[in-house]
Amino acid sequence: MKKVQFQSRWLPYLLLLPQLAIVTIFFLWPAAEAVRSSFYLEDPFGFGSTFVGLDNFTDTVTSTDYGRVARFTAVFTFFVTFLSLGIALLLAVKADKVLRGASSYKTLLMWVYAVAPPVAGLIGVLLFDQHVGPIVDFFAMFGWKMQIGVDYFDTSFAMIVTSVWKQIPVNFIFFLSGLQGISKSVQEAASIDCRSGLRRFWTVTFPLLAPTGFFLLIINITYAFFDTFGIVDVIVKNEPGNNPVTLVYKVYLDGFRGNDLGGSSAQSVILMAMVFILTIIQFRLIERRVHYT
Amino acid sequence: MKKIQIWDHVILLAGVFFMVTPVVLTLMTSTHDAITVYKEGVQFLPGGKFLENYETVLFQAGGFTKEVDGFVMLKNSMILGFGFAIGKIIISMLAAYAIVYFRFPMASLCFWVIFATLLLPLEVRILPSYEIVQSLGMVNTYSGLIVPLIASATGTFFFRQFFMSVPEELLEAARIDGAGPWKFFKDILVPLSQTMIAAIFIIMFVYGWNQYLWPTLITTDESLFTLVRGIKQILQVWVGAQIPAFNEAMALAILAIVPPVLIVVVFQSWFVKGLVESDK
Repeated sequence: MKKVQFQSRWLPYLLLLPQLAIVTIFFLWPAAEAVRSSFYLEDPFGFGSTFVGLDNFTDTVTSTDYGRVARFTAVFTFFVTFLSLGIALLLAVKADKVLRGASSYKTLLMWVYAVAPPVAGLIGVLLFDQHVGPIVDFFAMFGWKMQIGVDYFDTSFAMIVTSVWKQIPVNFIFFLSGLQGISKSVQEAASIDCRSGLRRFWTVTFPLLAPTGFFLLIINITYAFFDTFGIVDVIVKNEPGNNPVTLVYKVYLDGFRGNDLGGSSAQSVILMAMVFILTIIQFRLIERRVHYT
Repeated sequence: MKKIQIWDHVILLAGVFFMVTPVVLTLMTSTHDAITVYKEGVQFLPGGKFLENYETVLFQAGGFTKEVDGFVMLKNSMILGFGFAIGKIIISMLAAYAIVYFRFPMASLCFWVIFATLLLPLEVRILPSYEIVQSLGMVNTYSGLIVPLIASATGTFFFRQFFMSVPEELLEAARIDGAGPWKFFKDILVPLSQTMIAAIFIIMFVYGWNQYLWPTLITTDESLFTLVRGIKQILQVWVGAQIPAFNEAMALAILAIVPPVLIVVVFQSWFVKGLVESDK
């Protein structure tokens, strides 16, 4: 907070009023409602509800379907996070190094940031289409007959590739700005001490990028959990059936299609707890980051 | 040395190929007729149906009730993008101003209530949010579409960080010259924040434009569909048809991609600065 401040009895409240009103109505109230209804069994036709304690949670966690979705979400998150971080880091290191065309590369590698996830999903649907998709044709040459929407593994593959494609730009932008923040004198000193470029990268550049990397790790996990909703929804073409879906997608399915309000709310509360933990970690990392710079 | 640089370029070009090709193929496919795409697969070269396809998509009503055309969806996307970005900037600037520049009881309580929203994305509280908006009668309205999205405090957080970095002397000098809170805000703080406002505007516009889940739930009336919301209809009506109209589906996808991409590319330096600094 500032040392010098204005004094006014009503002005600060007036300034805060719009924000606080929106937060209360559209954030605090629904969040409280989600927690409340996770303890109730709601009649699907709206005739009252009964308190069932933790039943919704135990039912959710022990159901085989939930286990399957949770496992897929974990695998999906792992691949999306590490592939997009890895590829973006490689490209950022190279883009930082080249002398010619650096700004063109930068623009060409980052503009996909502005493509909406469901639009990315639609492009995925086109390129992985069984009849017209070039990617399917390509893998057919090696004897892999992809069937997106039918085969569990193939559909997961298409989802991961599309999600990685969509996420590379953000990671690229952050890594590149992190690299450009490393001072020239450190780099010069390192290049005098060590001739091997690869070793220099792992012992000097990589540790200096670590704070950015940790921060991006959290961002990417959050992305794979929540922001991929559009990609998943479009690639399964609105018909989940036996296809792989993520936990957030299941909250939506059970709540809006299955009319299982209690179960859906219990899943929401479990996800809230996960995000809460991730955000706490993120805040602590941000504090550390400020200390470094 | 020269040889190493060649390899760097090879890797970068491979990256560019991976990022750019999908959208180029989408664009090419959108310039052919449906039969060609169905028979020969995704097209790698431009065809002769560019104007025809885009005219169909923009001005011919499609969907279930035959009420909505691409032009209406484009308009709705613009309303969502601009409405969300402008609303968010105004509300969060005022709130951040109160938090940073005023001393008042319960200041820290207000601070924590607002920043708690950073903890939970809309997706995890989607069902109760929908029910509340429904009970307020805001389903199928622009305000129901835009206002609940503003509830997250990202903007307030950015502006708070920025205001904290503004030198204290400015406020002292302004007070000595007799400026009140409103004058200080209007004549000093807002002009100082111009770059920051521009950067946040770009990020928020893209974020609003690209919303999918919330519009899908809140707008069932086709005249309120945004382009991104329309993807669901595209899948059912065009891609799900006997002979899938990939050409028209992809033309609509291109329409949904072009405006946010243009903004990001044209204002690239502001956008990158805003993105990287705001997340610190």
